[in-house]
Amino acid sequence: MSETLLQVRDLKMHFPIKEAAGLGRTKKVVQAVDGVSFELKAGASLGLVGESGCGKSTTGRMITRLLTPTAGEIVFKGTDIAQLKERDLRPFRRQLQIVFQDPYSSLNPRQTVSNIISTPLRVHNLVPKGKELARVQELLERVGLNPEHHNRYPNEFSGGQRQRIGIARALAVEPEVIIADEPVSALDVSIQAQVMNLLEDLRKDLGIAFVFIAHDLGVVRHFCDEVAVMYLGKIVEQGSRDQIYNAPQHPYTQALLSAAPDLGTIRGVPPKERIRLVGDVPSPIDPPSGCRFRTRCWKAEGICATQEPLLEIKPQSSTGHTAACHFAEPKVDLIAETA
Amino acid sequence: MSTPAPEDRAPQDRVPEDRKDSMAESAPTSADATADAKRGPSVATRERRQGSINPSGETPYLVVEDLAVKFPTADGLVSAVNGLSYSVPLGRTLAIVGESGSGKSVSSMAVMGLHDRKRTRITGSIRLGGDELVGLPENELMKIRGDAMSMVFQDPQSSLHPLYTIGNQLVEAYRVHHKVSKDVAKKRALEMLDLVGIPNPPRRFSQYPHEFSGGMRQRAMIAMSLINDPKLVIADEPTTALDVTVQAQILDLLNNLQKEFGSAIVLITHDLGVVAEMADDVLVMYAGRCVEYGTAEDVLANPRMPYTWGLLESIPTVSAASERLRPIKGLPPSLLNLPDGCSFSARCPYVERVKGELCTTQLPELLPVDGAGAHTSRCHLHAKASIYEAEVAPRLG
Repeated sequence: MSETLLQVRDLKMHFPIKEAAGLGRTKKVVQAVDGVSFELKAGASLGLVGESGCGKSTTGRMITRLLTPTAGEIVFKGTDIAQLKERDLRPFRRQLQIVFQDPYSSLNPRQTVSNIISTPLRVHNLVPKGKELARVQELLERVGLNPEHHNRYPNEFSGGQRQRIGIARALAVEPEVIIADEPVSALDVSIQAQVMNLLEDLRKDLGIAFVFIAHDLGVVRHFCDEVAVMYLGKIVEQGSRDQIYNAPQHPYTQALLSAAPDLGTIRGVPPKERIRLVGDVPSPIDPPSGCRFRTRCWKAEGICATQEPLLEIKPQSSTGHTAACHFAEPKVDLIAETA
Repeated sequence: MSTPAPEDRAPQDRVPEDRKDSMAESAPTSADATADAKRGPSVATRERRQGSINPSGETPYLVVEDLAVKFPTADGLVSAVNGLSYSVPLGRTLAIVGESGSGKSVSSMAVMGLHDRKRTRITGSIRLGGDELVGLPENELMKIRGDAMSMVFQDPQSSLHPLYTIGNQLVEAYRVHHKVSKDVAKKRALEMLDLVGIPNPPRRFSQYPHEFSGGMRQRAMIAMSLINDPKLVIADEPTTALDVTVQAQILDLLNNLQKEFGSAIVLITHDLGVVAEMADDVLVMYAGRCVEYGTAEDVLANPRMPYTWGLLESIPTVSAASERLRPIKGLPPSLLNLPDGCSFSARCPYVERVKGELCTTQLPELLPVDGAGAHTSRCHLHAKASIYEAEVAPRLG
């Protein structure tokens, strides 16, 4: 097995909010991420899935230190970067890059593509002055854009092309880890596949490890070898792709898979039953006691309200497959069988 | 965690409310959910309606023929929709699929008569229950819109008025088409909120849109669009803004309501997974034209048009093994300046298999794929069936 590149331990992000309550004001916190731990090996790709508000993007932003975690450790190659000061952080910024969801708002409309991509080169003093343009053109070519277009502005490109520019900017500093935060969800299906293939090539050719944040279970299944399912700021189940998709143990993972609209249902054998969750995700300001999923769970019992289930390997599961549930049991036949 | 169990909590607390919501929604079996804690999950089943595009043989409720929508702009004439024809009988769901800019939303806005008349040129025919809608004056159309046909929009946040209560908006929608008192309308509104699975309708009635969650807001939108018992519902990306578990709830709701009221649904979406789960019939649009049309089974399991193949090949599915995706190369053409011949020819990998330069010079007709029948596609390619079986189907796994 390759070396562990990034280790996240008990990461927490609590955003304080002020809320009017009666005469005074009370201080409350949004527990956006509350105790997330995982490891990323060199060249691997870990998928973080979950619904909006589950903390997957916040986790990505903490790893790249766009946010400073409330607590916990982010150990990158042996150094804990969770609380490092900006100056000490700089060498690590080079190693950890992020690709954002929205290719429209994540590129400065007033800068040329060449400027956007060469800024990180200048910041990190990577390329001597005269050779910047050559490097920019090389990067543009790498992500499948015409190198001649380096003098254009972002508005002259389509959504898919802009996302490629965002990827080129992340690649400029030769990072070892890229956090891809919903990189394809703003794109049309045919364009989505082009960008997915590009990311896959980068992973294979350059050995970059990915933390892939997405809500689309199909995309995650395609791209990631390891999957962590998040719900209300916690990881509820984690395992290899096959473990999660073929024998999910946590009721939330099962519901999520069962709810995903699947094209396979029309060509293959549709699943016999579909699990439907009721209601909405509770507020992260005041999450349920014990297991956070219990308010929507059909298996919930008394113990779920009083005792928080730990993310642990269950007796019946194979190695590396963890679930945080008192009543975890594998369930198969949730997705269509291909004919 | 020190918070008490939900049963003991103060009523203003959010969690027990959700608990109540969930119990109310999964009624009646789990009404006393705390008692039988080890109950099974709530399970939904969906049966696919078989049969041809128009099983009954009667005139379908909505018939669109040769619809064209053009917008004159400073840069020239934008042909957003060109010669589109389809029909939807009562009780069936037609899904219109396509990428952004393919004309799927524009065509259904035309059915609803929502385009600015001064800036749009609409030709062709749209018949709703036998009555022609194209060319109808605005005041006539207003009587039909919201009554016989209604629309569910993508983004419930921006399509509900933020300054009026949900109840107010429902009552208004009802009273525009029915001469009734406010009390009668309120009763009807409460009924509708209950019908779409919003818990505690009397309290929700007097709340504002911002007090609703995304899924609840979309339920309220659906309640509003169904309040006058429309026979045609156009749902424009109704679940795109929602999370998967909530999306599943809303799709189930639309399905159940259709079963109950037998309305015709036009579902506009880019998500082929949703299409596979919801649609009876499917129409694939590309650059303003219909390129393939047939039952869901025809189009998704036996497609006969390279663009549909491309779409299917470029989607990673939840159930399929992970192989390399095969994206459609290039970009859709500009609607200002559509190419001669087939609009898809520039991106089509099969162009060379057609003799001569047919693909780039002559627009293919929308023809039945097997010589007769209702499954049609727009492509010059010969032996589409054998190419699909031999080359495309194996790659789909």
